[in-house]
Amino acid sequence: MPTPRAIDLEDAALELIRRASTVLPEDVTDALKRAHDREESGSAAQQSLASILQNISMAAEASTPVCQDTGTLIFHVYYPFGYSTASMINQINRATIRATEHAYLRPNAVHSLTGKNSGNNLGAGAPQFHFHEWETDEILVRLLLKGGGSENVCAQCKLPDTRLKAGRNLDGVRKVVLDTIFAAQGMGCAPGILGICIGGDRGAGYMSAKEQLFRPMNDRNPVPELAELEERLLKETNELGIGPMGFGGKTTILSVKISALHRLPASFFVSIAYLCWAGRRADMTIKNGEVVYHA
Amino acid sequence: MRKLTLPLDENTIRSLHVGDPVLLSGVMLTGRDTAHTYFLDELLKDPIPESEVEVGKAVRRILHGGAIYHCGPVVKKENETWTFVAAGPTTSIREEPYEADVIKHFGVRVVIGKGGMGKKTLAACQEHGAIYLHAIGGAATLIARSVTQVESVYKLEFGVPEALWRIRVEDFPGVVTMDSHGKSIHEDIRAASQRALEGLLAG
Repeated sequence: MPTPRAIDLEDAALELIRRASTVLPEDVTDALKRAHDREESGSAAQQSLASILQNISMAAEASTPVCQDTGTLIFHVYYPFGYSTASMINQINRATIRATEHAYLRPNAVHSLTGKNSGNNLGAGAPQFHFHEWETDEILVRLLLKGGGSENVCAQCKLPDTRLKAGRNLDGVRKVVLDTIFAAQGMGCAPGILGICIGGDRGAGYMSAKEQLFRPMNDRNPVPELAELEERLLKETNELGIGPMGFGGKTTILSVKISALHRLPASFFVSIAYLCWAGRRADMTIKNGEVVYHA
Repeated sequence: MRKLTLPLDENTIRSLHVGDPVLLSGVMLTGRDTAHTYFLDELLKDPIPESEVEVGKAVRRILHGGAIYHCGPVVKKENETWTFVAAGPTTSIREEPYEADVIKHFGVRVVIGKGGMGKKTLAACQEHGAIYLHAIGGAATLIARSVTQVESVYKLEFGVPEALWRIRVEDFPGVVTMDSHGKSIHEDIRAASQRALEGLLAG
């Protein structure tokens, strides 16, 4: 048996968590700035975006959480052959405990039977880990902090849908997404970021939808049909007029990212992951012991 | 911009309308999901269970003419003193089944949160003279700056997010989105977006 490769991620992971919680990625902040400039001068929509932008810079400056709901910690770790995933989990768990002590994270893991808060963000399924072995000779750790308010407005729809006259095609997908954003109103902390998966089973569908939330705001989907649907849905969700915080306005959604998985003949799921405007994600790569953080 | 100081009387509340921006000062109480269940299961009972009488009195003193804030903060404790590090609002609609009773029982004048609430709470605001003040969701560091002092905490055993935090605030910012005259911005936006949705589904 080959000797496992050794690494200690703990300190680096603590810094990754700090960055994710306190510094909003630049592309998200830029999208919010553009939204601010688009809204009518002096409107409640523009005022709330101004407060949001002010909050983002205050949080980064003071190194305090952008939002008090520091959410579910979702880690994706890409690693070359030879590392122990169990040991990486232990190291990241220790970093999570320390991040909670530093108040970068709110104690957010509640026992579902007793209601007791674990106090340190560890618990069954918390944090959440996804490991991917890859060919590249470096470790990439991606972290998304996903808040509960936006998680509560996510939806998994089935096609066909008689009420919406939505069939098993891209126009049907469009209809269930619009209906879901209508139902969410301002409750997911609009303007939101959408990750959508067409197909898969229920578990894989949501997983893939949430992975879309790691995509940069301005990338273009390599699949032309999906790129077109992303653009159309961005335009049409904003025509709903729900606006920032649900106060009414021109920006309800900041970006739409869509994936497609194979499905069973019998099933046609559309999984819609709604992320609040505080789309807190951060990456780090580790190569030859050197850590580089990416916003 | 209306500057208001807690506690508030009915006349002041009746003078406020949807769309009014407000800066609120004084003492308020945080309370979210567990707190609302606790209020209904324990504090609204007659008699209040003996173990809860003290907390019950304290809660009533703050909430009578006062404000309840749907918030689970990030806190820090240094030298036995708590501070709020991040303290934006949580989604209020989860308290819809309970809030009307809480307003009525304690004489709450201001319910603070995000996302708005439903018909039952709106009716209670109209009947008893209360408003719903919408804070900016996610603006947690900004709002924490308006918390000048954490005066006390009750029921910390509920966990940090769910505990009842008695806080003193200065110029806490919000917008009235449900008033005491039966108006709700949330209902208006829902109706307008419903019409837009129908157009898009037909297209």
